[in-house]
Amino acid sequence: MSSDKDTFVADTTRVQTETRDSRITGQDNRFNSKLREAFGSSPFILTKFDKFMNWVRGSSMFMLQFGIACCSIEMMHTYAVKHDLDRFGAGVPRASPRQADVIIVPGTIVSKFAPRMKRVYDQMPEPKFVVGMGSCTISGGPFQEGYNVIKGAEEVIPVDIHIPGCPPRPEALVYGIAKLQERIANGESSPVVVKPYELEQFGDLPRDEVVDKLSEEINEDDLVMRYNWADSP
Amino acid sequence: MSLEDPEKEQQGALEGRSREDELADLLGERALSRDDHKNAPAFVIRPDEVQDVLFDLRDQAGYDFLSCVTAQEYEDRYESIYHLKRYDNPMDEVSVVVPTSKQNPVSQTAEPVYKTADWHEREAYDLVGIDYEGHPDLRRILLPETWQGHPLSLDYDQDRPQIVTLREHANPLEEDQRASGTGANAHSNTVESGAVDDAADSDTMYLNIGPHHPATHGVLHLKTILDGEQVVDVEPDIGYLHRCEEQMAQQGTYRYQIIPYSDRWDYTANMPNEWAVARAIEDLADLEVPEYAQVLRTMATEFGRMLGHFLAVGTFALDVYGDFTAIFMYAIRDREKVQNILEDLTGQRMMFYYFRLGGVVWDLPEPREEWFEKVRDFLDELPSALEEYHDLISQNEILQLRTVGKGMLPKETAKQYGATGPVARASGIDMDLRRDDPYGYYDELDWDVAVEDGCDNYSRLLVRLREVEESAKIIRQCIDLLEDWPEEERTIQSNVPRTIRPDDDTETYKAVEAAKGEMGVYIRSDGTDTPARFKIRAGCFNNLHTLAPMSNGEYIPDLVAALGSLDIVLGSVDR
Repeated sequence: MSSDKDTFVADTTRVQTETRDSRITGQDNRFNSKLREAFGSSPFILTKFDKFMNWVRGSSMFMLQFGIACCSIEMMHTYAVKHDLDRFGAGVPRASPRQADVIIVPGTIVSKFAPRMKRVYDQMPEPKFVVGMGSCTISGGPFQEGYNVIKGAEEVIPVDIHIPGCPPRPEALVYGIAKLQERIANGESSPVVVKPYELEQFGDLPRDEVVDKLSEEINEDDLVMRYNWADSP
Repeated sequence: MSLEDPEKEQQGALEGRSREDELADLLGERALSRDDHKNAPAFVIRPDEVQDVLFDLRDQAGYDFLSCVTAQEYEDRYESIYHLKRYDNPMDEVSVVVPTSKQNPVSQTAEPVYKTADWHEREAYDLVGIDYEGHPDLRRILLPETWQGHPLSLDYDQDRPQIVTLREHANPLEEDQRASGTGANAHSNTVESGAVDDAADSDTMYLNIGPHHPATHGVLHLKTILDGEQVVDVEPDIGYLHRCEEQMAQQGTYRYQIIPYSDRWDYTANMPNEWAVARAIEDLADLEVPEYAQVLRTMATEFGRMLGHFLAVGTFALDVYGDFTAIFMYAIRDREKVQNILEDLTGQRMMFYYFRLGGVVWDLPEPREEWFEKVRDFLDELPSALEEYHDLISQNEILQLRTVGKGMLPKETAKQYGATGPVARASGIDMDLRRDDPYGYYDELDWDVAVEDGCDNYSRLLVRLREVEESAKIIRQCIDLLEDWPEEERTIQSNVPRTIRPDDDTETYKAVEAAKGEMGVYIRSDGTDTPARFKIRAGCFNNLHTLAPMSNGEYIPDLVAALGSLDIVLGSVDR
């Protein structure tokens, strides 16, 4: 009887000791996240605030629910079961650009849509990141020669990560997102510069044949985007 | 097609000939001459007699389906071709060719005869530049309003710069003075669809939905006018994904460079598009397809149809229930299974390019038994998966309340708007090209056409779910056939020349039943290895046209449900 009781007590102690030990020594992965490792046995951590913020940003990204073309189907697959982008801290699609950190551009951008995409991008709060998904966002892809096609998202908005493919597999998108997280954690993002295609007021455009022709249709203060298919790379 | 026995073909030709004479009698003097289209008799008429002729063909000869309008420019003239069919017999076709002069390309509109001509002619005006006299609203449909030139006309200069506005769309109520002028520039263009209050004398309100909006299934802009919460008028504004598919096809060679683009037209169910191109080119160049390849094609296409329908059902539930809910995940789960099977078969998850002219590219993957087992496992699990769908959606009281009797599309309206596919079949139109204009191996197999006569959102859902069952039935039969096929007769491609140059000025229009409706392709050859004119008829384009009659008078949420039930793919609408 007494021996039974002893065993029982001894067992409980051992389990508790193991748990405590593993927390401290790092033998059991279950209890040792990277964060825990960084803390060590002390609950305090010394880091630069910037670095901390970058790490937080990369680890919890809200994506803009933004579908354009074929790639958006693969993007949906990446969000949904099996691939489940949320595992990587990057899978909450937000319907409004004002709540989103990352915009995945999943498809061909055509003339009619480019000003809209620029507007959606502008509506996202800083800091914001762009993932170009598929060949169309790199160069226009298979449609590059189309009269109506913008040769890549980079012509309109800055892009942080390009994912090649037509369309890229979900694995490729996940890899791209992981790379983006790495970049964000390192505090990198692509510079915001003047792009070949910008929204400008119609009145500010230099006068030429097309401008003269359209001057009756478009108001001076309307926002327009001017395309030049031939000179676009 | 190679599978039709010669006797039947001859009989068809005989009937065709007598039918052609009948039509010639009906048209009389109005038919200036006959053209030789490979698919149908073609009559050339004067541009000011279009309505007269089409009314006669519709009311007296029974051609109630305007399948497609092709516009093109020749060296010396413009031409509009009206491809007419009958809903009860799509094999009975006739083409009406309307040439107009180069200096003054004006042709009478067909809009009063077939409502669907409205959009077709706007597209023809936009891309080719033919002016349709009497058209109620001849504006650009795909390209921005401020675009210069007509890109598929011969003298179009692609290198010219263009200017596109980010103009908030003008208030459509302005014209009839029901609204104040403040509406035009006060609303945003994105998710928070801008709403503008009207003048005090009217209760109507203008609402933009899209072009970037979670409920529009892509980049589609709906200009909606509301009275309270009810839709008074809705006008789809398309062209946000117009990526020049026709130009791309006209630049590509028949042999290898066109079919890959077709995968990107209707990108949720790609396989049937490939067949549309293959069928048209094979008809144009008289290519044979071995029987074994036909079985492979049929099976692969039905998998493709499943892909489309799973996504349609999943996103429809999403539209009705809300954000990324269970049924969407279930649909994606089953879609992944089909994609895996097709990846084994074709090497691609999405853009398969499995069809080649005269056959397919690969035989089944080795070891065949393993693959058969995989497919059989999927087919065995499918009934229980469909049971889940029915439990979660079609038998769900909430969904029924939201969809039964909503988004009504009466049979006659559907015909007027040229609806096809599940949309037409849910309105009681018993047409399926797989059965009525047989191609591939369909007429050898045992399956049914799913038809419902509810005409509402719910019926369209039911038709899709039933079509998945039928597809499974077809695939199972194909699998059985393939398993027993003697090894020495497994020819996957016929002998097709490396470069295909169909004879000069050969024209054909061929269509297949894609997941969303009739997917047709018109090709005119000019003796070179690329088409002179390549016109795509996409079911989605015409199905989207029906949105206005479907949703007028409904509440906004039902407009969104109606849009979901149409299952449009913008890549296919805009091409």
